[in-house]
Amino acid sequence: MSTLEVRNLHVSVNTENGAVEILKGVDLTIKSGETHAIMGPNGSGKSTLAYSIAGHPKYSIVEGNVTLDGADVLEMTIDERARAGLFLAMQYPVEVPGVSVSNFLRSAATALRGEAPKLRTWVAEVKEAMEALNMDPAFASRNVNEGFSGGEKKRHEIMQLELLRPKIAILDETDSGLDVDALRVVSEGVNRAKENNNLGVLLITHYTRILKYIKPDFVHVFANGHIVEEGGADLADKLEANGYADYVSM
Amino acid sequence: MSILATNYLTPTGREEAWRFTPLKRLRGLHDGTAEISLRSSLIVKGALPSGVSFVRQELSPLASSDDIIIERIRGNSQEVAHLSISANTELLAPIHLGRLTGALDSAELSRVRISLGAHAIATVVVENSGDTVLAEDLEISLAPGSSLTFITLQEFESKSVYAARHHAVIDKDAVFKSVTVTVGGDVVRILPTVEFIAPGGSAELLGVYFATAGQFFEHRMHVDHAVPKAKSRVNFKGALSGRDAHTVWIGDVLIRAIAEGTDTYELNRNLLLSDGARADSVPNLEIETGEIVGAGHASTTGRFDDEQLFYLMSRGIALEDARRLVVRGFFNEIVIEIGIEAIQERLMNRIDFELERAGA
Ligand SMILES: Nc1ncnc2c1ncn2[C@@H]1O[C@H](COP(=O)(O)OP(=O)(O)OP(=O)(O)O)[C@@H](O)[C@H]1O
Ligand SMILES: [Mg+2]
Repeated sequence: MSTLEVRNLHVSVNTENGAVEILKGVDLTIKSGETHAIMGPNGSGKSTLAYSIAGHPKYSIVEGNVTLDGADVLEMTIDERARAGLFLAMQYPVEVPGVSVSNFLRSAATALRGEAPKLRTWVAEVKEAMEALNMDPAFASRNVNEGFSGGEKKRHEIMQLELLRPKIAILDETDSGLDVDALRVVSEGVNRAKENNNLGVLLITHYTRILKYIKPDFVHVFANGHIVEEGGADLADKLEANGYADYVSM
Repeated sequence: MSILATNYLTPTGREEAWRFTPLKRLRGLHDGTAEISLRSSLIVKGALPSGVSFVRQELSPLASSDDIIIERIRGNSQEVAHLSISANTELLAPIHLGRLTGALDSAELSRVRISLGAHAIATVVVENSGDTVLAEDLEISLAPGSSLTFITLQEFESKSVYAARHHAVIDKDAVFKSVTVTVGGDVVRILPTVEFIAPGGSAELLGVYFATAGQFFEHRMHVDHAVPKAKSRVNFKGALSGRDAHTVWIGDVLIRAIAEGTDTYELNRNLLLSDGARADSVPNLEIETGEIVGAGHASTTGRFDDEQLFYLMSRGIALEDARRLVVRGFFNEIVIEIGIEAIQERLMNRIDFELERAGA
């Protein structure tokens, strides 16, 4: 049982005109097995929240704290956060030229498990994870995200989620750019991770479509750098019908 | 032992060809003050297959040179170490050439010829290592339809000086591919040059270099498209780390008026791993005809990509390991072109070692 707690988180980003505050006091608690959806207008700070929790160097923490089972996440390096059990499926996964997917996955698994996985079982494990997401095994020898289509990048993220078995995962618009079949396949991957590892999920999305597959326990409306309303799954339907007009002025 | 004749112009450092080179560290190779030893260090490792000979003989140069060090080498001796692969010989395994022990207190002036007869196919590896002061005039002659992969490894000890021209003369439909690797030495200056003498030839000049504190590595390409319908590709990648690590890449490509149907592209990428290092990169494309297939160049010098490191680290990979992956990945594209597993492995380990030593 794990708990990720975000308390009064203020985050700024450095620009040519000085620091600009993007997150203006975010409070959020995610427990193992729970699924939280965050919905909100473009530019409201959803990715900033995701990146800040993962430790992207672009963002500066102004105030507040983030803990995982009581441990201070903000004090951890990026890799320590991952090793503590956090995972971020990125909105725009990064291409890493010259590094093959198989080499990358093995390096990650070695770091997270504390020892190199046994070669024989590892190959089978990767193959299974790829097949589960309808990925051609040929991807293993391609360079990380290089030349992947948008949807392939997202499937690759969720394949890592299954393989690396984090405690809490943040999925930043994993559903964007997926065709209907891929959306189902990816959702099934997330649900398997929830089932097998009691994963806690923070799911950032613009669409209720994915919420038909991955049932949220909580829906949070995010606007202007913080959460402005919370509710159950039905809140998502309300947002889909009415948009964010009620919130953006807040 | 003899002292070099001094009736040559001595570069001052103001000449275009010498403006980057630290002349004072050349141990007298450029100004004739070096004491010349009679050593002749190039050897064949292993047995030679049939159709291949390695002899020392008097040969006149294949091509003229305006490089002062090459002039001095040629003025010193007519003798050439000649690796000759006869026509129609197809070698499955690479030929390895290596070096006998050298010395730092005197200079070796070396002339080397690698020649392939018509339709011969071969891979030749030259492994340069040890403590030495070595000036080398290496010429490659590719007869029509022949194909050579030429791997040249500079893995010298830290005080060595190597100044060389590696000049390939490419006849009709011949295929030349070189991989130039420079990871060791105090000063290494190589002029990989190519001259097409009949249509249909192709040249691919690849290279990797890694300079750490105080090292100077210069690669000064010249590709002369003097005939129609030849193709050339240049792709050199370098990393630098540490105070006063300095690399120079010059890519001179000349497409003469007669060279219609030329297809050329040159690329140099440098990765700066620390402050205090300097990478000079100067592509230079001269085009005298518009009737070409393509001509282009690109040159970039950058630091670690934060996004790449973030992505890897967000999967639990520690910073040093992430850097190693990124640097290996950066070089990988060229290293795999060597095609010899043992050398690729050794080179990647050397890159890891340099990275670790530099604490980058
Ligand atoms: N370097 C920067 N300079 C100025 N503004 C920035 C910078 N980086 C981020 N921002 C701003 O921060 C705000 C929040 O961006 P963020 O990516 O977190 O939004 P988001 O909610 O994820 O949006 P989307 O739904 O479009 O993905 C945006 O207005 C963005 O322009
Ligand atoms: Mg976003």
